[in-house]
Amino acid sequence: MIAYLNRRYRFAASHRLHSPEMSAEENRATYGKCNNPHGHGHNYTLEVTVSGPVDQPTGMVCNLVDLDGFVEREVLDRYNLQNLNTLQEFAKRVPTTENLCVEIFEILQRGFPYAHLERVKLEETMMNSFEYTGHNQPRR
Amino acid sequence: MVYLTRKAEFSASHYYHNPEFSAEENLRLFGKCNNANGHGHNYTLEVTVKGEVDPRSGFVVDLKQLKDIMHREVLDAMDHRFLNKEVPEFFSRIPTTENLAIAIWQRLETKLQRARLHRVRVYETPELFVDFYGED
Repeated sequence: MIAYLNRRYRFAASHRLHSPEMSAEENRATYGKCNNPHGHGHNYTLEVTVSGPVDQPTGMVCNLVDLDGFVEREVLDRYNLQNLNTLQEFAKRVPTTENLCVEIFEILQRGFPYAHLERVKLEETMMNSFEYTGHNQPRR
Repeated sequence: MVYLTRKAEFSASHYYHNPEFSAEENLRLFGKCNNANGHGHNYTLEVTVKGEVDPRSGFVVDLKQLKDIMHREVLDAMDHRFLNKEVPEFFSRIPTTENLAIAIWQRLETKLQRARLHRVRVYETPELFVDFYGED
């Protein structure tokens, strides 16, 4: 009995999309308003999906306290109310929501042992969202 | 193949307790959810069925039938109930959102006619929901 547990979290952060490999004009043409030198911010919503057999004694895929604790410590404390461009993982990569989504997937993949990580979905606004499933086949 | 999703809402109370564990162990594992007087949620249920579109009716499933089955099998049994005490599946199983999704799947699976059940999604809150796709 494999079930898929989905949990949503919120954080806010700022970023500027700018690639040192492009000229100023090319950056402006590629990133538009997101290339503003002073940066801008979003309220992100993070959706984490983990899966596993439902443990009969507890009725759970994994204890939410463990998942919430991990995400709070390793993801929210790291990114909430930060300027993403100042963080080490974005020193050489553009902090697009695609890259942030992959980064968060990898943090969970490396450090969360209590259930199988299926998917990370990151909503930048109500209109845009990104999903990363690593090697997993995405489920409809 | 076309997928059709029907939503419903119900409200119910529950608590988490395993009689095989000590009181301390129950409290440690389940925290506030262990309060024996229960607490409640407004659940949202999403049932997704799949099938080929019937060329005569243009339907994957007769929505009225699906709605009636969801009402009879799920809402009549669970809406405004204390899950631990009034829904037989939870006399011996803990009514977590995971087990709720599985129980609802099992209640619906055999009742559907033309369309096949694809997914049962149960939202306990907008921030926590469980998907079950059967025993694949």
